[in-house]
Amino acid sequence: MAQAQKKFLYVNRKAPHGSIYALESLEVVLIGAAFEQAVSLAFLDDGVFQLARGQNTKGIGAKNFSGTYRALGDYDVRDLYVERESLEERGLSTDDLLEITHDTDDEEDIPSIKIVSRAEMADIMASQDVILSF
Amino acid sequence: MSTLHTVNKSPFERNSLSSCLGHCKPGDAVLLIEDAVVGARKGGSFAGRLAEAGKQCSMYALGPDLAARGLKPEDMDACVQVVDYGGFVDLAAEHARTQAWL
Amino acid sequence: MKFGIVVNEGPYTHQASDTAYQFAKAALDKGHEVVRVFFYHDGVNNATRLTVPPQDERNVQRNWSELGAKHNLDMVVCIAAAQRRGILDENEAKRQGKDANNIAPGFRISGLGQLIEAGILADRLVVFGD
Repeated sequence: MAQAQKKFLYVNRKAPHGSIYALESLEVVLIGAAFEQAVSLAFLDDGVFQLARGQNTKGIGAKNFSGTYRALGDYDVRDLYVERESLEERGLSTDDLLEITHDTDDEEDIPSIKIVSRAEMADIMASQDVILSF
Repeated sequence: MSTLHTVNKSPFERNSLSSCLGHCKPGDAVLLIEDAVVGARKGGSFAGRLAEAGKQCSMYALGPDLAARGLKPEDMDACVQVVDYGGFVDLAAEHARTQAWL
Repeated sequence: MKFGIVVNEGPYTHQASDTAYQFAKAALDKGHEVVRVFFYHDGVNNATRLTVPPQDERNVQRNWSELGAKHNLDMVVCIAAAQRRGILDENEAKRQGKDANNIAPGFRISGLGQLIEAGILADRLVVFGD
């Protein structure tokens, strides 16, 4: 019996590397892409740092997985919602974020990061079927 | 279609409860579990924020977690209803989705 | 109602596994179905049979194994997270050239796809973490 497509939201609220949640949640996104559900990612609170450009992990001896976010377009994950208030509270602007794009049949290099307000983020969350928190 | 938000960490330890309340919509429910229940104690500095949120959302706390931390239902801010694990299940069934604020 | 349950933390250090267990028990007692319990991140550590907790404390692994047996639960441990943390079944131990395996009764090791599938199959997915 075919199931209707569900809307999955992956919520990221923690900075990378202080814990494994950022990396392992990204692994779920990549595997989950094969299931052809409607997937989007939310970055709020310290989670916005997962998308910071210029990450250099050599000093801490950890794998730098920030490049993987740039590959999300290849997995049909095109909606990365980043909360504006979370950026501002942390002294960040969109210039501090990775450039992440995806292609469609008609267009190339469409930005995947969508800056949304806290209120808009709440609306996005309220429209999901499944919310995964890590 | 409403959301059941669960918060498990104390607002004095982590910002999850604060962030949760910043994203609730009218008609949603917020359930405090584990250490988060301490944030709902009457007279505590977070109680005001909870009461404010309680005007639009239903606030709950998990009874067994209160008791484990030496709290009684009457110690909770007036806006908080105490439920047991069965009540937790009912809330999860009643609301269209559950969102964990970790 | 069909529930999917996700356990993101290991036994004892965080309350997540206990809360998830109590939730699962309550849901089953109410006649709901638990389609899957998925253990991710440190949650995979709930699935080792080698823990020896003090006698006067709850045995988290045994709680899950017994609940799983009583209700025929599908308790899945994520293979990637398990490999990182050293939770192996017999097959995995052979495959990886390890000299032992440690998975507890009632748990099975499988891929992250099982988590997504739980989200698709269940009416409600409830996450327990830190």
